Amino acid sequence: MVSPVRLQPAPDLFDVARIRADFPILSREVHGKPLVFLDSAASAQKPQVVIDAVRHCYEAEYANIHRGVHYLSETATHNYEATREKVRAFINARETKEIIFVRGATEAINLVAASWGGANLKPGDEILITALEHHSNIVPWQMIAEKTGALVRAVPTDETGDFLFERFEDMLTPRTKIVAITHASNAIGTVVPIKDVVATAHARGIPVLIDGCQGIVHRGVDVQDVDCDFYVFSAHKLYGPSGIGVLYGKADLLEAMPPYQGGGDMIETVSIARSTYAALPHKFEAGTPNIAGTVGFGAAIDYVAAIGHDAILAHEDDILGYALERLRGLNDIQLVGTAPERASIISFLIDGVHPHDSGTILDQAGIAVRVGHHCAQPLMDHFDIAGTVRASFAVYNTRADVDALIDGLQDVRKVFA
Amino acid sequence: MNDLRDLYQEIILDHGKSPRNFGKPESFTADANGYNPLCGDKVHVYVTLKDGRVEDVHFEGRGCAISMASASLMTEVLVGKTEAEARALFDKFHELVTTEHELVGDDDIDRLVVLGGVRQYPSRVKCATLAWHTFNNAITGAGEPAKTE
Ligand SMILES: Cc1ncc(COP(=O)(O)O)c(C=O)c1O
Repeated sequence: MVSPVRLQPAPDLFDVARIRADFPILSREVHGKPLVFLDSAASAQKPQVVIDAVRHCYEAEYANIHRGVHYLSETATHNYEATREKVRAFINARETKEIIFVRGATEAINLVAASWGGANLKPGDEILITALEHHSNIVPWQMIAEKTGALVRAVPTDETGDFLFERFEDMLTPRTKIVAITHASNAIGTVVPIKDVVATAHARGIPVLIDGCQGIVHRGVDVQDVDCDFYVFSAHKLYGPSGIGVLYGKADLLEAMPPYQGGGDMIETVSIARSTYAALPHKFEAGTPNIAGTVGFGAAIDYVAAIGHDAILAHEDDILGYALERLRGLNDIQLVGTAPERASIISFLIDGVHPHDSGTILDQAGIAVRVGHHCAQPLMDHFDIAGTVRASFAVYNTRADVDALIDGLQDVRKVFA
Repeated sequence: MNDLRDLYQEIILDHGKSPRNFGKPESFTADANGYNPLCGDKVHVYVTLKDGRVEDVHFEGRGCAISMASASLMTEVLVGKTEAEARALFDKFHELVTTEHELVGDDDIDRLVVLGGVRQYPSRVKCATLAWHTFNNAITGAGEPAKTE
């Protein structure tokens, strides 16, 4: 929670200079200026330990997994499966077989929509999402709704971009078959009280999928405590490689779901007439996966776990509070999304300047921000804007990065004066 | 900041802030929607063709300074052109914003040269060409909205 803005020096929970030294890319320049990277919500930079783990996999321990009796295949399989156990511990899942490796959150949601949705949705059934969702937690549901005759409904938000709990409760009907909701908005930072959401849905017998892309980074999760049925996220936002992500699902739900893709590794026996499927988690992991990426992902989890979410949260809250304080002091800046409980993501507009122009000008000062709709067009429509400028803060960001952003805004004003 | 001045020249800032021929005209003979999925920007271009020549171009929409200025300048340079001349000018304009080619000046391309700075910013080229794609769709009667992707 950020509300009381602290302007005294950052709490000394960890040494941000040391953290920054772990990320080689942060020492480069862009357009002749030191890089100020404020786009981690799109994808985070990688610490050396992750880069080294991927490299070591290819240099010393690479072969295909689950298929060989030779040393390298066994080693690669062991390393790949070791990440599964790290993920289990990281989110406190009951069993490793509840951890399915996928390409990313997008694939995880498509998997659940197609497999669970395909088996369970009937004409007239409702899928309840919110106006805060990323396109990847909207479109897969629309696709399965089209196929099954189900309907996608979205809980609206208010002028602050907050999650409206009462509206959510009102929109749960006897036809609601699944709730799919973000843990935290990638566009404006709003954090959703997922534990209460799950309890409310479960009281009516409705399962809940949580899009944890931002939540896992800025808050962490204990899936047994939250009691969600599915939790999905991508490694690349959590300082790991791209092309690898997680679908967590409760074992009984996953057991009952049909496979998503067919192929090697997901079968038990195959004949031309029919095949039987492998047990969890392999039933959902057809084909050769992102082996080195998964190994790198394991290193990323170790890295984040060693810092700890409490320290990460305290640090990010400090930067967030400082950034909000400085931006609120500027009368030509309009914050978009001002929910009280939020992750370290800020969306804003500069009066009279389109976000794309701001983004280009800031880039010339070495400052990387994201501009546009952030794959959340329904949310932009709600605010009646085409897009925003978004600054997101990660473990390696500092108050000096915020100062650079504020200075950069002066360049924007100069061009448009 | 100096490089930025090549992109955001006075004329661009002026047309971006006060676009010419902005708004839906009373009458027109062709129109089309344009959309940039990357940034969500939208334009609507209205064209009046008479005896095979462009008599008037108007546009509505919202977008960045580059896309608004490009649309505004386009509505001015296209007036009086035949369809073939308009298409040829679009080709030249495209070359202007995507290549380093020295374009031998005629008056029309000279007026558009201020937009040449976008060639240094590959992610912004589509901002400059959106209105032109949309104009093209309007005169060819393509039912689909013009897209930059
Ligand atoms: C909240 C949220 N959901 C889903 C996604 C999609 O993730 P990915 O593109 O890694 O599949 C993202 C990131 O882009 C996100 O921030």
